Amino acid sequence: MIDVKNLKISFGSLEVLKGIDEHVSKGEKVVIVGPSGSGKSTFLRCINLLETPTQGEIWFDGQLITDKKCDINKVRQKMGMVFQSFNLFPHLTVLRNITFAPMKLLGVSKAEAEERADALLARIGLLDKRLEYPARLSGGQKQRVAIVRALAMQPKVMLFDEPTSALDPEMVKEVLDLIKQLAEEDMTMVIVTHEMGFAKEIATRVLFMDEGKVLEKNNPKEFFENPAHPRLKEFLSKVLNA
Amino acid sequence: MLADTFYRIFLEEERYKIYLMGLGNTLCIAVGACILGFLLGSVVALLRIAPKNNIVIKIFDYIANLYVTVIRGTPVVLQLLIMYFVVLQFMNNIWEGVLVAIITFGLNSGAYMSEILRAGIEAVDKGQMEAGRSLGFTWGQTMRKIVLPQGIKNALPTIFNEFIMLIKETSVAGYVAIVDLTKAARNVTSRTFEVFGPLLIVAIIYLILVLGLQQIQKIMERRMKQGD
Repeated sequence: MIDVKNLKISFGSLEVLKGIDEHVSKGEKVVIVGPSGSGKSTFLRCINLLETPTQGEIWFDGQLITDKKCDINKVRQKMGMVFQSFNLFPHLTVLRNITFAPMKLLGVSKAEAEERADALLARIGLLDKRLEYPARLSGGQKQRVAIVRALAMQPKVMLFDEPTSALDPEMVKEVLDLIKQLAEEDMTMVIVTHEMGFAKEIATRVLFMDEGKVLEKNNPKEFFENPAHPRLKEFLSKVLNA
Repeated sequence: MLADTFYRIFLEEERYKIYLMGLGNTLCIAVGACILGFLLGSVVALLRIAPKNNIVIKIFDYIANLYVTVIRGTPVVLQLLIMYFVVLQFMNNIWEGVLVAIITFGLNSGAYMSEILRAGIEAVDKGQMEAGRSLGFTWGQTMRKIVLPQGIKNALPTIFNEFIMLIKETSVAGYVAIVDLTKAARNVTSRTFEVFGPLLIVAIIYLILVLGLQQIQKIMERRMKQGD
């Protein structure tokens, strides 16, 4: 579904990604872990071209999206993205946040968009908040609304950029539970996170990134129990024993 | 004595009508210029924020830059004189030059509003643009529907301030034979030979206007805080 070939990106003289080759198949849940500044968020943001790669190719659904002729806006409709800082639209109600893109971009009727939004809100238990503005929600509620906002576009893949890093500890679980549910429904996902337990539980594959390279990739069991790369061993010993 | 003076500068020969006309023109110029300035300022602000990825935008951005520099670098009276006697002289007779004043002050305030709006737009978290783009909206769609409404809201108190400034700034319109509020006072003086009285009346009218607008501004800001 997603094919990344020799992806490189530099900001000025700083090379952040130093050649990444990766393939994500349909239904896979790829979790990317690594220290801060390792380039994992940048890699994720390259997949939907929020960052423009300096070199390399990205294919999505058989389409070369790094090609200049490719209409990236159409492609992004099929890629949901969830941000660390939620980025809900503060001037729109919860309901409008969710129905906005499907109505404007997919031409879904208001009635149908609202029906679908209500179903999504009911699912995350926030139906009673449909007419509230985002400022009235807690962090965990905001992030769950942000997730269903992305889902409302019926994407083929979901990209999560540290979805729980900005949350109070007691709100992390409600967001992770929702992501787990999506995983069980066979959504294809790429997740950048610091939650190792969560990674172990839902990943079909875990990548370890450091200094702009993927140093190790494996199934979660092997990844956490038999890390091969010395840098990964060091990383895991620090985060798991913290 | 005082009552007699007041009678002569305000009531005799229905002189209050001169002030009223002046007030009407002042408001007309300020409101018209504010609307024109806002529209112009929005376009200029967007040009300066837009990604410079094609030559047309680069050229327009250059022109916008030049416009802001020239307007901010010269006195508004001078701009008014140039517009009235040179650029728009064919319009002098229409509405006694009020239209010329609207255009001049509109052009002038557009330069300042562009900076106000740009600051307001740039204060919107850049995650908003990213969220819009990640859903599949174009830069323009995200700007219009997501970022601009928030940016304008940020800028609104300062824009309102600009409007209050405009009301006072238009007092130089008398330079080109437009009877604004200040010029009205001068006209009454030339009929009655009273200098201080008419100026005092006009000063009080300006003050009431500005205080009233500041009151509205306060209410507006309180309302907006509730929305956050």
